[in-house]
Amino acid sequence: MAKVIFEKPKALGDKPFHYCAGCSHGVVHRLVCEVLDELDLTGDAVCVEPVGCSVTADEYFNFDVIQAAHGRAPAVATGIKRALPENIVFTYQGDGDLAAIGTAETVHSAARGENITVIFINNTIYGMTGGQMAPTSLPGQVTQTSPYGRDPKVQGYPIRVCEMLSSLDGPSFIARCSVDSVAHIRDAKKAIKKAFEYQKAGKGLSFVEILSICPTNWGMSPKEAIKRLQDEMISYYPLGIYKDEEVKDNE
Amino acid sequence: MGEKVLMKGNEAIGEAAIRSGCRHFFGYPITPQTELSAYMAKKMPKIGGTFLQAESEIAAINMVFGASGAGVRAMTSSSSPGISLKSEGISYIAAGDLPAVIVNIMRGGPGLGGIQPAQSDYFQATKGGGHGDYHLIVLAPNGVQELANLTADAFNISDEYRIPVMLLGDGTIGQMMEPVDFDEIPKPVYAHKPWAVNGTKNKRAANCVKTLYLTPSELEDRVIERYEKYEIVKDKLQRWEEHDTEDADIIVSSYGITSRVVETAVKQLRSEGFKVGIIRPITLWPFPEKAYKAVHPKAFLSVEMSMGQMVEDIKLACECSAPVYFTGRTGGIIPTPDEVIAKIKEIAGEVKING
Repeated sequence: MAKVIFEKPKALGDKPFHYCAGCSHGVVHRLVCEVLDELDLTGDAVCVEPVGCSVTADEYFNFDVIQAAHGRAPAVATGIKRALPENIVFTYQGDGDLAAIGTAETVHSAARGENITVIFINNTIYGMTGGQMAPTSLPGQVTQTSPYGRDPKVQGYPIRVCEMLSSLDGPSFIARCSVDSVAHIRDAKKAIKKAFEYQKAGKGLSFVEILSICPTNWGMSPKEAIKRLQDEMISYYPLGIYKDEEVKDNE
Repeated sequence: MGEKVLMKGNEAIGEAAIRSGCRHFFGYPITPQTELSAYMAKKMPKIGGTFLQAESEIAAINMVFGASGAGVRAMTSSSSPGISLKSEGISYIAAGDLPAVIVNIMRGGPGLGGIQPAQSDYFQATKGGGHGDYHLIVLAPNGVQELANLTADAFNISDEYRIPVMLLGDGTIGQMMEPVDFDEIPKPVYAHKPWAVNGTKNKRAANCVKTLYLTPSELEDRVIERYEKYEIVKDKLQRWEEHDTEDADIIVSSYGITSRVVETAVKQLRSEGFKVGIIRPITLWPFPEKAYKAVHPKAFLSVEMSMGQMVEDIKLACECSAPVYFTGRTGGIIPTPDEVIAKIKEIAGEVKING
């Protein structure tokens, strides 16, 4: 008899994604769902959606979801987690949502060590509104609102969120990953898993940034977009674990 | 009858909320409502509740959005400038059809305004405040006992209708001390919340608290459904206090602390032989239209601590069956009984009524 060796996670529904060709959301959605299933947390999960392309992610997930205002997801997640400490509460946010309009909520939920998980999609651009400059857009990056390229003298510098949050005592785990290759996707899954395990163990805020591509708004083919991520983004946003409470505990 | 305790209005809200099953309070300091946060900070940890001082009013109201979405009774409080900041979140709570209790202990505005009592957020409270087609249920107490009673009502009503409720007080109501008996406050009536996002436990289909509808007809349907609920609320929930209206030539309306001043003024005028009556709205939304349709004075007067906001609702409610006058003070000044008496006598002259 044939043995099932690969299947869709139960946390993921049957509806086909609406995301553009090459978009990283599909991969990250799947990673999150695989991890929730593997840790047997799907029935306890509550996801806070951002404003951005993934604002309708509830249509793909087989767990509870609430749609937050732009940037407010960590505050909403705080309210849920304080009401339901036994549940697994996570936000899924893009760079505009998390590092521009929602910076205060991001920093303060981290400072409080709020026992939630934040999945941060950094694709250096506003996707849903059609490709405007994000707080993480790289110097020189051409977008709809930086048509001559992002000039730090005029538009300021990109924010390295993992590095910034690492200075805080509250977070238990901070990692930057990427989904540009099979090896990196595996690393990303490990980080997401650890993030949820830490929440389950009550360690305080866990944060996983995932460097992602947005071929449509970058004006590139998916293949070119992956190359940009590898050549330009990783050098500005180095991959790695920025904080791990467990490692510190062992020292 | 239980034991009466002497309490500040702001603290009475806190005690009544706790007795109403509220265990999640998210605040941010602002004068003149900070005593409520301080009360919750002291009490909540001792009863297994959550008091959290948020990083902003914006975060605080969104924490309420989350906690309420998770199915628990949640509350936040502020004063005028802070309510402006909360207005975004209030719109989302309304959009998600979530219960929540929001306290506004009003101070003078616009801008930073002042820190003395005012009633200039009437429009903001009753006409929207945030964006989109929605209403809050707005309750306006005029003393500490009523404040406690209406706090308990606010949680029950909000749960029942899944409409956010605003307790609208002014700085005086929040700051003044009066005896209050907590055995008098309505008992909590908890609603079943099958819509809450509290985890499927792999036993039910996933819930979603939605605030986004990309298909216009779907959004229109949701808004219309909500407005059908508002019609039920308008029919069932109008509350007011009324006296001396049967023979009244002039009916005076005011809410909150202003109504205490008006009581004194009307008592004095009655003793002088003026036929003056009172309709005091307790629900500002739904506005007690029924009260105004049932009376036939020669004139109405609205007394407010603003430049005249409720006066518009009186005109709508009485369908201009008589002229509607206004008097008031703003910027943090409470009108005196003498000012009200002088205005009523002036109106009496204009509409040819003898004292």
